[in-house]
Amino acid sequence: MTTSAAETPLDAPETSEDDDGRTTQPAGSGKWARRLPLLPALVFVIVLTQLPFLGTIIVSFMNWNAYYPDERGFAGVDNFARVFTDTNARSAVFVTILLTVSVVLVSLVLGLLIALLLDRRFRGRGVVRTLMITPFLVVPVAAALLWKHALYNPEYGLLNGMLTWVFGDDAPQPDWISNNPLIAIVAALVWQWTPFMMLILLAGLQSRPMDVVEAARIDGASAWQIFTHMTLPHLRQYIELSALLGAIYVVQNFDHVFTITSGGLGTANLPYFIYQTFYTAQDYGRASAAGVVVVIGTIIIATLALRTAFTLFKEESR
Amino acid sequence: MSTSEGTTESAIDARKDEMRTAPGAEEPTERRRAQQYRHRKEPRAAMLLTAAAWLAGILFALPVAWMILTSFHGETDAAKNPPDLFAPLSLEGYRTFFDAGPWPPLLNSLTASVLSTVLVIVLAFPAAYALSIRPVKAWTDVLFFFLSTKMLPIVAGILPIYLFAQASGLLDNIWLLVILYTSMNMPIAVWMLRSFLAEVPVEMLEAAQVDGAGLATTLRKVIAPVVMPGIASAALICFIFSWNELLLARVLTSTVAQTAPVFLTGFVTSQGLFLAKVCAASFVVSLPVLAAGFAAQDKLVQGLSMGAVK
Repeated sequence: MTTSAAETPLDAPETSEDDDGRTTQPAGSGKWARRLPLLPALVFVIVLTQLPFLGTIIVSFMNWNAYYPDERGFAGVDNFARVFTDTNARSAVFVTILLTVSVVLVSLVLGLLIALLLDRRFRGRGVVRTLMITPFLVVPVAAALLWKHALYNPEYGLLNGMLTWVFGDDAPQPDWISNNPLIAIVAALVWQWTPFMMLILLAGLQSRPMDVVEAARIDGASAWQIFTHMTLPHLRQYIELSALLGAIYVVQNFDHVFTITSGGLGTANLPYFIYQTFYTAQDYGRASAAGVVVVIGTIIIATLALRTAFTLFKEESR
Repeated sequence: MSTSEGTTESAIDARKDEMRTAPGAEEPTERRRAQQYRHRKEPRAAMLLTAAAWLAGILFALPVAWMILTSFHGETDAAKNPPDLFAPLSLEGYRTFFDAGPWPPLLNSLTASVLSTVLVIVLAFPAAYALSIRPVKAWTDVLFFFLSTKMLPIVAGILPIYLFAQASGLLDNIWLLVILYTSMNMPIAVWMLRSFLAEVPVEMLEAAQVDGAGLATTLRKVIAPVVMPGIASAALICFIFSWNELLLARVLTSTVAQTAPVFLTGFVTSQGLFLAKVCAASFVVSLPVLAAGFAAQDKLVQGLSMGAVK
């Protein structure tokens, strides 16, 4: 890997501008010359993410329901009080956490196992990798529809179809979604996210220095010892990266909840709850208060996650 | 990852030493015996592992294979229990889907995904330059600001965006989605491109400087050709995430600017037997992503990991 090339630009901010060798302009204009290429992207993102959120904060203190336009006004902290006392909102928080943690954990473990299986040379390895990637390349709504209708449907879904194949005509024909709505959603999400975890972990496995592993094996280390003492420590940053990225996307999942259960049967997560409060109930004030609560929660979790990312990043730029 | 290899290796060396002196370490003769034993056992164990890998691959691809097979069956055959794998093939599902007018939504998705991807790259590329090659002072803070916006759930800002769009007449306008998808994907693109730009050899840039090339020329003629694989990865990922997006499109568009995922959710609410046409519709809508992803598997891996894995 081109370590030397990577280090110079990364170290640049620490070195003063004159021994940098690349800046000949006076300090003042040099600063702005450096900033200029950054500004369009930065301004764009600030305007489109921070301004709307500012709007959400303002509306969260307002009494504003689009069905009753005459009653619009300042509400103080009423909306927040209603969010915290609302059982639906509390259940949405709980569902979001449960969904995110279980999907990320299960797909990480499955992804790691499959990555280990694919980290060997065997006939058709490329084909198996391609097969494994397939779930990630199905549009999420389409995947949710596929699981709901083609797999879970109690009358003609594939799952019950296979039960009939195996057990004959009096095979059990469970209604998968009604019986275990949350597990049904988790399974569909795990199916889509395992390939993602697997790809990153496989890349991590393949960047291991194999000669050292070989040396350890000749020295008599067992496969388990090599795995726990060499493979896992090496994989740590890849595991953290895939968990962080997976969590960012699964926390915000809307498509699966919307498609598979329409938020019913106690599966409404926060994105769905806010969508419903705003889009169906038209209660702008309460939806915004819930949005603010989500963001505060996300900031708390994200600070912890970002700290992880930061250690990753330090290792990278070392 | 561009970790300096020296430290990693010495760490592993240390670990190796630990293992050498570990109480479980075997005597030479025992070790030889263990190796012989392993050699005898290897073929069967290897075969089992290969079989397990194939089984995992087949299990994960099975739902998609089932979706494609069902999409080519007639509705009555598709609804059979137990399933009839060898039912006569039919294009009924595809005919119903294409009769429902999917072209405008598909074209809307294409417009939103392609234009926003181009816009993301055009804006993120110079930004990545200002975060790696000639970095601004607080470049780590800026980089983490970008990532932190990714943690701000879309749903937390959707109401003001909706009210703004309503007031300015941008509801149901595909350009609004182009702009929003651009901001949605910008952090990922900046992160990825930064890690690719950080590996551009300095000598190359110095040569360009001597030749008196301006920033735009340097970016276009010197850096872009070198980091083309990175740009391709970033573009692929941005395209996929834009094509997949549902929440914003569902709230902000209706009849004119609706995208393929929104069309798909509306397509299912119809009555009667519909499994074959749902499978056909799902397959057609996923096809661009499937094709792009299969064609560029390695780019996909780099893209998904934000360029951290090379």
